[in-house]
Amino acid sequence: MGGWAIAVHGGAGVDPNLPTHTQEEAKKLLTRCLNIGISALRSNLPAIDVVELVVKELETDPLFNSGRGSALSAKGTVEMEASIMDGPKRRCGAVSGVTTVKNPISLARLVMDKSPHSYLAFSGAEEFARQQGVETVESDYFITEENVGMLKLAKEANSILFDYRVPIESCSAGAAATDSPLQMNGLPISIYAPETVGCVAVDSQGQCAAATSTGGLMNKMTGRIGDSPIIGAGTYACDLCGVSCTGEGEAIIRGTLAREVAAVMEYKGLNLQQAVDFVINERLDQGFAGLIAVSKNGEVACRFNTNGMFRGCATEDGFMKVGIWN
Amino acid sequence: MGWAIALHGGAGDIPRSLPPERRIPREAALRHCLDIGVVALKANKHPLDVVELVVRELENIPNYNAGRGSVLTTAGTVEMEACIMDGKTKKCGAVSGLTTVVNPISLARLVMEKTSHIYLAFDGAEAFAREQGVETVDPSHFITQENIERLNQAKEANRVQIDYTQPIQKEVKAETHIADGDSQIGTVGCVAVDNHGNLATATSTGGLVNKMVGRIGDTPIIGSGTYANRLCAVSATGKGEEIIRGTVARDVAALMEFKGLSLKEAAAYVVEESTPKGNVGLVAVSATGEVTMAFNTTGMFRACATEDGYTEIGIWPSPQT
Repeated sequence: MGGWAIAVHGGAGVDPNLPTHTQEEAKKLLTRCLNIGISALRSNLPAIDVVELVVKELETDPLFNSGRGSALSAKGTVEMEASIMDGPKRRCGAVSGVTTVKNPISLARLVMDKSPHSYLAFSGAEEFARQQGVETVESDYFITEENVGMLKLAKEANSILFDYRVPIESCSAGAAATDSPLQMNGLPISIYAPETVGCVAVDSQGQCAAATSTGGLMNKMTGRIGDSPIIGAGTYACDLCGVSCTGEGEAIIRGTLAREVAAVMEYKGLNLQQAVDFVINERLDQGFAGLIAVSKNGEVACRFNTNGMFRGCATEDGFMKVGIWN
Repeated sequence: MGWAIALHGGAGDIPRSLPPERRIPREAALRHCLDIGVVALKANKHPLDVVELVVRELENIPNYNAGRGSVLTTAGTVEMEACIMDGKTKKCGAVSGLTTVVNPISLARLVMEKTSHIYLAFDGAEAFAREQGVETVDPSHFITQENIERLNQAKEANRVQIDYTQPIQKEVKAETHIADGDSQIGTVGCVAVDNHGNLATATSTGGLVNKMVGRIGDTPIIGSGTYANRLCAVSATGKGEEIIRGTVARDVAALMEFKGLSLKEAAAYVVEESTPKGNVGLVAVSATGEVTMAFNTTGMFRACATEDGYTEIGIWPSPQT
């Protein structure tokens, strides 16, 4: 018991027909980010710095749905959101409706550290970003050709779409319906695509932290806020643990999922794995989601009720695992 | 068993020296809104309809920090937010950054019922309001002289404050300690349960005086300012940042569920043990018709009633507590 631990995710709900090369790319990215986090923990960086560092890396890579590579709103624009929480003292910061900030998670951190508030959104968040001098870019930096294609498909299917990196030529709204019976949020899994990215860590002082970042739902209404910036839903950290969730945002919000893990540990005395199992098994009702969590004792847990979740975890005693499927 | 209802007009450092001309209209408003809610419950309206009705009324009253009478951002503008949740289904709706919508709580309800989303904000929320044809007005409708003065006061003191400080009379300001800007009020809310155990909660606010443009508080955050499940319905008020950190509304329900505390015990625990003094208040009802109104601030504008005839309207702690 004790020691550092870390977990990362790139989203829950994966197309079972995902091309092998894409699976490999995803695993490589998860491994790279995990190693960045492990190095940082080994050099005694506090958990709050570690989770920010790792999520920045995930935002910068266009593979997953956050920062560059974010899913597009119904208007074809990017509206990113993120939140971060520091276990000791439960300080937190969140942003929504971010359109030019290269690393939304870092802006969320600044809200936590440099503003009198916990959550800033839209033009107020962008204004704060300028005041703070964070790196900003033109909005088209975040938009990828693949996502432009996915948005078209989603509009054809006329439904909300989670995003995923399936190359356009290998899927279509029609083929999708027949390819697989699996569905998420009412969509065939090959159009449905995750994600959100996140990282949780506990350092060798037993301090926990959590960070989550996303572009949100493909084809979402402009102004739609999901679970990722909602403290207690997509992100939570306290003395006992750090949690980051991914999946159907509305189900995660209703279930106050991240807080739930900590609450059953705190009020029912469950250990991390028991808490995580309980929450995924009992608290999702009809919803689909996954989460990663660490405890102050150096434990790590990942759990999901979807068919897959891009994830990786490692502990100080040498355990390390990266995976996609169950 | 039986119906129960509770509502609040904000918790904070409400001075006992609050002059009658400021206290009486607010008490009358609480009484009026309580009556509306009770009549609706007696007419068998669903708690979701009851809480929306009551909060709409509170939003329309300029003395409370929601809808008309909302406090101002640092730019002198109004950015309103609201949230509604149904206990049995845990369906919910939330809005933030509204500038023209007369009743934010009703827009939150439309988000819940007419979209596949839970939360819409700023331009997107305003656009949805127009699509839905809800009543909108010029932003100046919401701004009151009192709040302009509060903002000036806050800027002078260079602080963010939760409202209900006396905006004028500088002599009074010097005498009373409330002038330090830490008075912590704001937000209106209502919770209700009918005699079938249906529960609902609704909260609405203009936020913090002199808040940064774009600042979102606890009100629209499910689990923080607003929460309902099969056990209880909760609406919180006070310093938003503390309520978020403390996931206040969810915690009341979690303590009941996981530690077997009663509604009263759970609410008392949250305001006395889990959150810093001077920051938080809440109203809550349980599926079995209990009601509680708890706060760790100097006062909380509040009112409640239960089917067995109990009624309470108050500002400061009741003598027996």
